[in-house]
Amino acid sequence: MRLLKFILINLFFYALLKMPGLLAGKPIPSSVITMYMFFIIVTVLLVMTITDEGAEDLFAPARSLLEDPSKAFARNVLFAVLPIVAALSVYYLAAEPAPPFELRSAHPAPPGAVRAYGKVYELDGLENPLRSIEKEDPAAFKEMVREGGEVYFRNCLFCHGAKLDGRGHYAHAMDPLPMPFTGSDTIAQLKESYLFWRIVKGGPGLPREGGPNISSMPAWEDELTEEEVWKVILFLYDYTGNRPRSWKD
Amino acid sequence: MPLPMNKGPIRSSLSSPALITLILFLASSALFSSEASGSAYAPAPILGPGDYPSVKGLSPRLAVWLAAQMHVWFAAFVLAVPIFVVILEFIGMVKKDARYDRVAYEFLRISTTAFSLTAITGGMLLAALIVFYPGLMKYLASIFGPTAIFYALFFLLETAALYTYYYGWKRMAEGRLKLLHLAVGLGLNISGTGLMFVANAWVTFMMTPSGVDAAGVFSGNLWEAVNNHLWSPMNLHRFIANIAYGGSIVGAYAAYRFLGASGEEERAHYDWMGYTASLIAIGALLPLPFAGYWLTAEIYAFSQQMGITLMGGVFAWLFIIQAVIIGALFLAANYYLWCGFGRGAYGEAYLKYVKYIALVVAASFLVWFTPHTLILTPSEARAIGGQYHPYLGPLGLMPAKNTAVNIMLLFTFLSFILYRRAHRRPVAAWVKYGNALQAGLFTAAVANISFLGVYYGYFTNTVYKVASSVPQVATTLFVILACLVIEWLMGRGGKREDFKWGRMPERSQYALILIAVSFTWLMGLMGFVRSAIRQHWHVYSVMKDASGEAFTPSIAYAAKVVSTGTIIFLAIIVFIFWLGGMGQGKEAGKDE
Repeated sequence: MRLLKFILINLFFYALLKMPGLLAGKPIPSSVITMYMFFIIVTVLLVMTITDEGAEDLFAPARSLLEDPSKAFARNVLFAVLPIVAALSVYYLAAEPAPPFELRSAHPAPPGAVRAYGKVYELDGLENPLRSIEKEDPAAFKEMVREGGEVYFRNCLFCHGAKLDGRGHYAHAMDPLPMPFTGSDTIAQLKESYLFWRIVKGGPGLPREGGPNISSMPAWEDELTEEEVWKVILFLYDYTGNRPRSWKD
Repeated sequence: MPLPMNKGPIRSSLSSPALITLILFLASSALFSSEASGSAYAPAPILGPGDYPSVKGLSPRLAVWLAAQMHVWFAAFVLAVPIFVVILEFIGMVKKDARYDRVAYEFLRISTTAFSLTAITGGMLLAALIVFYPGLMKYLASIFGPTAIFYALFFLLETAALYTYYYGWKRMAEGRLKLLHLAVGLGLNISGTGLMFVANAWVTFMMTPSGVDAAGVFSGNLWEAVNNHLWSPMNLHRFIANIAYGGSIVGAYAAYRFLGASGEEERAHYDWMGYTASLIAIGALLPLPFAGYWLTAEIYAFSQQMGITLMGGVFAWLFIIQAVIIGALFLAANYYLWCGFGRGAYGEAYLKYVKYIALVVAASFLVWFTPHTLILTPSEARAIGGQYHPYLGPLGLMPAKNTAVNIMLLFTFLSFILYRRAHRRPVAAWVKYGNALQAGLFTAAVANISFLGVYYGYFTNTVYKVASSVPQVATTLFVILACLVIEWLMGRGGKREDFKWGRMPERSQYALILIAVSFTWLMGLMGFVRSAIRQHWHVYSVMKDASGEAFTPSIAYAAKVVSTGTIIFLAIIVFIFWLGGMGQGKEAGKDE
């Protein structure tokens, strides 16, 4: 009875984890479900074995099946069925042709310095030179943000989208998909110097950890001026309501 | 009960490696200092492949890595144990309870055996560094040469204090001599901590060099080089972590002895020892994440590159492993407490709450290790529409993790409160109100922690994302302290039944062993990460590693090396436990 309860509780949690995929089409990755289920099973096991009686009850059916001479037939059936189940699961898992799992670092570490526009930029400590205008001259700052928006809509819109959500016209043909700038988990966590590096050097400038796929982002240093890059960065933060991470954070 | 006194092989095993290490260290620092004195303010040398002596068939990095790891594991243990030995001795003196004295002495004996191994591994590390990385050692000695004097001084003081403290335990057991003995114990801890601070300066300078210019030219201000960005956070982090680690190893020792105990009295003794040690380990573990936040924030503030490599880049997945291991630690600690309800006369009444606490702890745990960057099959990536899951994505960020860990801490504390109540019943007239007040405090704390995490984590600007963790921690600490005070007030004059020490299922002891194994593995993995974020630099941004192994190894390779080190270290520890058991048997025979 207690063993049945143990199995049912774990099945309940498994079903719960499968639900986003079945109902909303947004599956929780199997890698995460495996990790979750491992610790859910362990926790349920721990709770059910706090007392000696509980542990005894939980393991009694298994012990009885393995040790009770009167259950020899059931034991033999089990020993015959288990290898077949294992073999079938291996066969079906292995038979499904699929590319390998992907572990891609979405925020690869920037280099210490970047060479662009005939200069060397030390990324540690590099600030957006236009950011100081925000307090000194709000009207001029607003104008720069607007100009940054123009740069964005002329060049970046097609991939990163009109709403800056990474869903531009070309986005669906790309792997990896273009990054969204909205939400608090991409540019909000980064310093502006990071964005400067990613924009001027693009996909070709990514370190190996940025793989295994190759980003389609062009190296914009050939297309945009330094000032345009800094302006578009101002726009990205302004439009999405984020603040760049600063050196003091 | 007479104290078991061990006057066996420790003296001889301690003195020789310790002295050899010291002589080796002083000789090498003198050698390098004198060589460097002519060019005291030269820039950091630009090394080539020829500057690294090759030893056939041996990987220099692997040799130094394993030697350093072994040394740090032993050192953490021998620095930590004397801290709570002194505390236990003090409590035993105040309470006039010989149990504390006995356990403190037993703790010390184990750490004394490990002391000699700390010295041996320290000597091995130093020798490996001198042989394989002479260029680096010369450069470091040219800056830190004078600190060798402090290192040597602390080393001698620690050795002398340890001898006096250990061998004087019985002779200095009464009156003023007892106070003097405690003072010696304090001196032992101060010198041990000083030793660690000096070594930390060298290590942290390699990560966040200061006192030198961009070319690595030393400006002559030694204090600046010592007091670099990471020195203080590293000192704090290691100090707290060492206590937690020492507690966990002693807890494993008690579990080992409990499982092999032959009589009820022995079983009861080791049960109590295991409980005390695990309490210290978990107590020290509670503030550790916050010291870790400070350390990480300083790394990020010093270098965006190191910060992102650490937590957002290639090593992010090691932090997931870290979260898994720490979560497993919390589960094990809770399980141990839940099993401990059976020790008390009233424990059964509280068993019904365990499943709810387990649900919250497990849910928090799952949030804590939910990765931000997911491992996806291509079909999953396509269905989700990118790297971030629409529902799990927010759980991958620090605000969710800070919220989860604080709630996990609170509910672990709740397990502890219920455990205490398993053997005492408050009888104050206002117990009902006291309980309501505690429940109210818990509810308000969970609401406040969740609000701070969700609102400041996701709906305001980034500055608060990290900063809001401070009031979250303050809330947790406040509730823990307030509930302890309320418990104490309610329990005054209350009904109290002694715990039935020894009445623990054997499976609970494996939780203690799991805690020690997890701590060891965790320290190895995270120590690797901390060091490896320097990438191809000996001294970050100042002195390049030009050896053939100047690359960051893969996570899988690192995990294999650390796991191998963990197995070797724990095998040695089990050997020490076995030795401790032999000594114990011999003394028991003498006492009879």
